[in-house]
Amino acid sequence: MDILTLFIVVPIITIVVLVFSKGLKQARVISMIGSLVQLGMAINLVFAYFREREINQDIMVFTKDSVWFKTFNIHYNVGVDGVSVALLLLTSVVVLAGVFISWKIKELPKEFFISLLVLSTGVYGFFISIDLFTMFVFYEIAVIPMYLLIGIWGTGPREYSAMKLTIMLMGASAVLLVGILGIYFNSNPDGSALTFNILEIAQVNIPFEAQKLFFPLVFIGFAVLGALFPFHTWSPDGHASAPTAVSMLHAGVLMKLGGYGVFRVAMFLLPEGALTWSNFFIVLSVIGVIYGAFGAIKQKDLKYINAYSSVSHLGLVLFALLMLNKTAWNGAILQSLSHGLMTALFFALIGMIYGRTGTRDITKLGGLLKVIPVISATYVIAGLASLGLPGFSGFVAEMNIFVGAFQQENPFHRVATIISVSVIVVTAVYILRVVGIMLMGPVKNKKHLTLQRVTWYEKTGIVLLLIPIIGMGVAPLWLSDMILESLQPFIKGLI
Amino acid sequence: MDWNSFLLMRQEILLLSIILLLLIVEVFISKNKKGNLIHFAIFLFGIHTAVGLLAMEEGSIFGGMFHTTGLIHFFKNVLNIGVFILLLQSADWLQEKIVEHQRGTEFFVLLFSSLLGMYFMVSAGDFLMFFIGLELSTLPVAALAAYETAKSKSSEAGIKLILSAALASGVALFGISMLYIAGGSIYFNDIMQTITTSHLSILGMVILFSGLAFKISLVPFHFWTADVYEGAPISVASYLSVMSKGAGVFILMILLFTILRPLLHIWENLVYILALTTMFIGNLFALRQNNLKRFLAFSSIAQAGFILLGIINGEQLGVATVIYFVLIYVFSNLAAFGVVQAISLQTGKENISDYEGLYRTNPKLSLVMMLALFSLAGIPPVAGFFGKFFLFTAAAAKGYYLLVFLAVVNVTVSLYYYLLVVRAMFLRTNEHAIPHFNSKLYMKVGLVLTVLSILVLGLYSPLYEYIFELSKNLM
Repeated sequence: MDILTLFIVVPIITIVVLVFSKGLKQARVISMIGSLVQLGMAINLVFAYFREREINQDIMVFTKDSVWFKTFNIHYNVGVDGVSVALLLLTSVVVLAGVFISWKIKELPKEFFISLLVLSTGVYGFFISIDLFTMFVFYEIAVIPMYLLIGIWGTGPREYSAMKLTIMLMGASAVLLVGILGIYFNSNPDGSALTFNILEIAQVNIPFEAQKLFFPLVFIGFAVLGALFPFHTWSPDGHASAPTAVSMLHAGVLMKLGGYGVFRVAMFLLPEGALTWSNFFIVLSVIGVIYGAFGAIKQKDLKYINAYSSVSHLGLVLFALLMLNKTAWNGAILQSLSHGLMTALFFALIGMIYGRTGTRDITKLGGLLKVIPVISATYVIAGLASLGLPGFSGFVAEMNIFVGAFQQENPFHRVATIISVSVIVVTAVYILRVVGIMLMGPVKNKKHLTLQRVTWYEKTGIVLLLIPIIGMGVAPLWLSDMILESLQPFIKGLI
Repeated sequence: MDWNSFLLMRQEILLLSIILLLLIVEVFISKNKKGNLIHFAIFLFGIHTAVGLLAMEEGSIFGGMFHTTGLIHFFKNVLNIGVFILLLQSADWLQEKIVEHQRGTEFFVLLFSSLLGMYFMVSAGDFLMFFIGLELSTLPVAALAAYETAKSKSSEAGIKLILSAALASGVALFGISMLYIAGGSIYFNDIMQTITTSHLSILGMVILFSGLAFKISLVPFHFWTADVYEGAPISVASYLSVMSKGAGVFILMILLFTILRPLLHIWENLVYILALTTMFIGNLFALRQNNLKRFLAFSSIAQAGFILLGIINGEQLGVATVIYFVLIYVFSNLAAFGVVQAISLQTGKENISDYEGLYRTNPKLSLVMMLALFSLAGIPPVAGFFGKFFLFTAAAAKGYYLLVFLAVVNVTVSLYYYLLVVRAMFLRTNEHAIPHFNSKLYMKVGLVLTVLSILVLGLYSPLYEYIFELSKNLM
């Protein structure tokens, strides 16, 4: 079996084993082993990728192609480039951390881990697909377990949030479906066979009229998952109600599908459509960036703060993608990775705080740094990474985005860029506000003086996420090179 | 005439023998052993299903009245397997509720007669055979709908069904007579040559279409559906929604694609509008249902709307996707009705709110139900997704992007109400949840078969390729 198909097979095997397991202890150990293997495979893939790159200059490497539905020319077709390798690595880190954070899940543990792994299977499959049909299948497989995960194990208005999230994301995928069919039926202007293969479609020129018509469908279809304003409303509610590990996976991984899809499908296959529509969507993404940041300032619930911050950060990803140049795109991918790691970390920490204090309302918390120092200190680190302090992943990403954005010289892009840059200040405000109220000062609630210290499985989860955040910050070049190299073929149609 | 040509009617003759055999055997069985007849009937039908799977030649007899092709044979097999699963799922119900009233055999005789009617309908080569088949497939079902004589709702369902079916048949016959005038023949092959676009032929086509639209409950010909499903025994509702609708779709498609092909530019519009009304009305009404049978009735109305997206294609691709979708729909709906049947038999409960907390007490049944609903909603990797995706592809191939867009909006709406049932089963907890119970063997086998089909049919692509090959002959 080839190196990529294993990424789908291993979780499936883990799920099958889980089905026959009994109780929490077995379930969590099995999931941990499965996710650990997955992480090992992802790290191995990075090295294998570098070795392969030296001898293989194709757009996608490790490709494997077998026919699935002959009549429709649907293939099971997988392959990776630098971007997908990076995102696969991110996914495996977050999933493993998620398993550790859910170490003590009480209700229906087996079902919880199964749903979690189904979700991750969908995500892995999505990142390795080259065929639009398989990509779409995996997209939906990744979304649907969210309904159960939030609905069964969530808190607060979980039924409402779960339904809202599922319906909005599936609605988006429905729009995407029309876009994909539109691309499919325009993939043979010279009368050859229709195809779903991304690389083959990129070779042909889809008629301009079709590009103009289908670009918004494909773009919105993916961007809803990337919390594009005004379709972001599922995200804060979903995050707030989801259990910790699900928030982590959701913000850390699932939302990345949006940006990845935009870049891999919408921009790559419909470049003229992208040029036509980019200004319109830039406006939306800038609104998202501002709106998310100011939303975060106003919230009191920790999860809502980070959910809105996600809207803002991912708005920046879409913004960077719409700048249509290589530096900005590099920034977009780095931002996806960086945001994935630090938001996962944020949500893990919030889960720990909530599990100990029973509240997520920052006005009721205070002085936590004295009581639970490890968790609090990590929260500060994650916050600093989030506001783009040099030395952490966020800085590298945002730097690239804004340098790239400034390369666009016309007034419209300039104004949009200046507005987005200024939002960094707002980011600093809402993060430091939380740090100030929640972590510093006197302990507000006497009950909080005796909070349980951080446990070993929580520490493992934290460390797993912290290493890459700092690693990306201090040594970004290898990653950035890997991504930049892969962006070249994708940007060609746009310049 | 060569005797061998009767082998083309192998399926019909065998089924007819089973019907007669059952009637005869019943006479010789003592009153308190009537229950064994159920096993016997299921056994016989199992053999019939297995024999049906053998390959059959193509050809026609009786001067073209009756013909069979690979596709028709395949479709009869789909019907057989569906009915077989249905029998497995109904066995316990018959055993517990029906045999004591000495009416076990009639159920099978009526059901098989209706199936026989469907055979003749899908094999019809002229309007006469078609109409006989249509009647034979509908009338026994009316008797079946009224089968639980103790319940007034059941009788009501029977009356409603027979009245609307009679009306529909009358309307269809009216349309047929017009087409006869327009085409000068009742043989499909002749009409195909002679029919042209004229006011008369268009009128005939529209009226015949309306008659068949009753059968597959397209909006606005759907009013009988929910009431009949609710009143009829679950097995019969299941039969109506699966077999009856499947056969109706099949024959409608054959008529539109062959003899009415010259009118393609007319019926395209008709199908377009009916697809929209059926999807929207079906889905919107399904949103507010609490009774699961009514819920599934409206969901099946909406599904018929999706099927029209394949029909509008008008080519080989359309035929293949429709047959493939119907096949998947048969198993998905059978699974859903099977669970409703199992729970209703144990507890008598049929409302969505009764299902709250079901996963904690009956996890397996809940999982079957969830898979069935996901398949109906079109969520990968279960089969329904592939069925729907291909239907949409068929419509998009003709450039109906707006229709596809509105259809996917409907898919999202439908997902909402399917998730309502999932919510009740999985998300809610309930102290008065339906207690744990074990179904009997027949029911288990019936459900396992459907679940396996739902899981495998989509991922196993050669099946679709096979159907696609068969569809070539229809053109």
